[in-house]
Amino acid sequence: MKRHVLHPLWVAIGVVGLILFARLFMVPDDFGVHGDSFTYNYHRLGNVEEWKNFPVKYQGTATCLECHKDNTRTHRRAPHKRVQCENCHGPAGNHPDDVEYLPLNKERAMCLRCHADLDYPESNARSNLPAIVDRHHKRRRECVSCHNPHDPREDVE
Amino acid sequence: MTEDTIVHGVEWTVKELFVYPNEFIYWSIQIVMYPYMTGLVAGAFVLSSLYHVFGQKDLKEIAQFSLVFSLALLPVAALPLLLHLQQPLRAMEPLLTPHFTSAIAAFGIVFTVYGLIVVSEIWFVYREYFVHQLEILKGVPGFWNAQRRIAYKVLTFGAKDVSESAVKVDHKAAKILAGVGIPVACFLHGYAGFIFGSVKANALWMSPLMPVIFIMSAVVSGIALCMLTYIVIMEFQAFRLRQKGGVAQAGETKGAEIDVISKATRYLLGFLVAAISLELLDLIFRGYTAMKSWDILRSVMYGKDFINIFVLQYTLGNLVPFVLLLLPGRTIKRTVLALLLVLFGVFMMRWNVVIGGQAFSLSFSGYMHYHIPVIPHSLETFKEGVFGALTVIATPFLLFWLINKFVPSLRRDIGEA
Amino acid sequence: MSCSRRDFLKDAAGAAFVSSLPLSAFVILTTDEAKAAVAEASVRWGFLVDTNKCTGCGMCVKACKNENEIPYDAPVTRTWVERYVVTKDGTTHIDSPDGGRDGFTSDKIRDEEIDPDNIAKAFFVPKLCNQCENPACVQVCPVGATYKTEDGVVLVDREWCIGCGYCIMACPYGVRFFHPEHKVADKCNFCYHRITKGMMPACVDSCAFGARRLANLRDPNDPVTKIITTERVAVLKDEYGTKPHVFYLGLDNNVR
Repeated sequence: MKRHVLHPLWVAIGVVGLILFARLFMVPDDFGVHGDSFTYNYHRLGNVEEWKNFPVKYQGTATCLECHKDNTRTHRRAPHKRVQCENCHGPAGNHPDDVEYLPLNKERAMCLRCHADLDYPESNARSNLPAIVDRHHKRRRECVSCHNPHDPREDVE
Repeated sequence: MTEDTIVHGVEWTVKELFVYPNEFIYWSIQIVMYPYMTGLVAGAFVLSSLYHVFGQKDLKEIAQFSLVFSLALLPVAALPLLLHLQQPLRAMEPLLTPHFTSAIAAFGIVFTVYGLIVVSEIWFVYREYFVHQLEILKGVPGFWNAQRRIAYKVLTFGAKDVSESAVKVDHKAAKILAGVGIPVACFLHGYAGFIFGSVKANALWMSPLMPVIFIMSAVVSGIALCMLTYIVIMEFQAFRLRQKGGVAQAGETKGAEIDVISKATRYLLGFLVAAISLELLDLIFRGYTAMKSWDILRSVMYGKDFINIFVLQYTLGNLVPFVLLLLPGRTIKRTVLALLLVLFGVFMMRWNVVIGGQAFSLSFSGYMHYHIPVIPHSLETFKEGVFGALTVIATPFLLFWLINKFVPSLRRDIGEA
Repeated sequence: MSCSRRDFLKDAAGAAFVSSLPLSAFVILTTDEAKAAVAEASVRWGFLVDTNKCTGCGMCVKACKNENEIPYDAPVTRTWVERYVVTKDGTTHIDSPDGGRDGFTSDKIRDEEIDPDNIAKAFFVPKLCNQCENPACVQVCPVGATYKTEDGVVLVDREWCIGCGYCIMACPYGVRFFHPEHKVADKCNFCYHRITKGMMPACVDSCAFGARRLANLRDPNDPVTKIITTERVAVLKDEYGTKPHVFYLGLDNNVR
């Protein structure tokens, strides 16, 4: 009748009990398998809603049209029509509620993204775009000082 | 970018040729230390069990020591992970919501079970000693003696019966735990190998041999460390005795016993041969099958990592100690050198797997070079740098010193089987 | 021998208690819940990348960083564009400067000049998370911090991720990284906050060339789904069995 043999067992049970007890407090109630697979669907359900509520920054060109009718209409009929306003004007966010003027990027580097001449073969999509060799064309000047970004067919005086 | 918003890995990764933008050496020195430390834990325990379970009487002294040392190593095995985690305060989560499809989730359970087994086994081995200490300290004045009395009281857990039958039960229980603990110790380290071997995205890690290679080299490192520490401690005690002009009496330390060392060496060599064979097999297979990844793997293994793998790990870390231990006329000094080289070799194996696996890009068209931070200039470069690694290495010895004060593992008169 | 029987019982009881821990991690589904979970969801998101149309302007990378609050200067990104220049001698030159964040305005690849007359073909390949059907990254998460939603998007729970990095190592495509500010794993989620409101992902809207398109693979009337099902498309690295759901038109043999 050597009962002391069971002492470590009590400790073991105590440790496991402590962990199970801790789970009651430390694991959110909605944590579990939410789907048909333990492998791929084991998570805290509330997190899905949290991601859905992540703030939207880019509002889309249709939103710009609501107020800025002139520029948008010009833009929509010109070669840059598929470039969304916010690409150059920055994400609208809650504009105009939180910020009156969006930070407009007029840098040369913006335009060079598409219009820098890389001299790639015809099979490359860039060969469809008018392009310049940066160091040969009006170096260091902003492109928009001559070209109207809303309708690049026009020249800006 | 402020100090604490630096991308993890950017400070010690240098990219060459084409590497995907998000690739950095995310698993750095602490992830090398982790399998190294768990390997030492597993090896130390297996060595101890060779005595307790298989009755290898020649290993008795070193077995006592390695059991307690295995306990001192255990918390240190978790330390590299705590230093590595980007969210260390959430470290309990693998115990709270373990996702068992992940090998890492096994960590919490295995670690806890193994810890309980080691602590229980030590309790059964030393319970008689604790009770005797309590009797010796009865009525002895002094603050520290009172503290020790409390400590021993707690350690006995109320089980004060030290009759012959009770002690016999202790030994039986210790033996069973030692037996049960072997597969658990193997699992503790085998799963670390599985962590790497199951990552199909990594061309170097992905291999069914990985868990077995890890276990074999873990046992090698565990035995080597225990032998080394045992030798150092015993020789130091003998040195101190000689300094006092004393002569070794029966039961007193005479320095490291050559028989014990010989026996342990035989096991060490056995596991070493197994580990090397498996690693070479893996290498040969890769070269023979020449899968898509072979070109970049070959350029890493035979090119930039050639010295790390073939000179440091295979030659200095495996071949040289192998020869040193087999040559006739083996002395303690030569054994110590061989053991140090073995420990270095096992470390290099972990390094070559972890860092080597990140030396090439997922694109198979570029490389990443690891520049381990030496002088820390931030918390991150301390944790994942040389000083973080040194902290991890030093801690088990500190813990062992502390534990040894209550659980004397080097006395020959305790824990008869 | 009552002692050894007791020892055995002790071990068995200990083992039983320890194994009860994982079982308590499971939620037991009712029959109805299980049936509902298995039933087909009406939405399964997919993506179509047309490399014939990509000009390497990199606006997608910039828009993604802005939309998803990834620090612009940090060398990590949820999506990126790779440039491939194959010269006539068969050498493939690949680069992705800052992930293509500022576009590709120089024809030099890692300071190497390439003679345009020597170029056989050159193209751009945008990449993003493939929202795999069998995501290896989800399989290896030790705590259930990353998971697949019922509409097929793989998300990361920022409150639960412990930052071990296993998911990052497990992804064959290199789309995951540690967010430098939140200190947890992060990756493209198809702008889940936008697509669940009927909007397009930020990268899709920002692409002036139509190289990026979102699809609901369960909707037979979705024009993008029609392309994926009727035209010849490819996926990246299908040998890993992850079943990626980003499909490519014009994917080349040289693409890594």
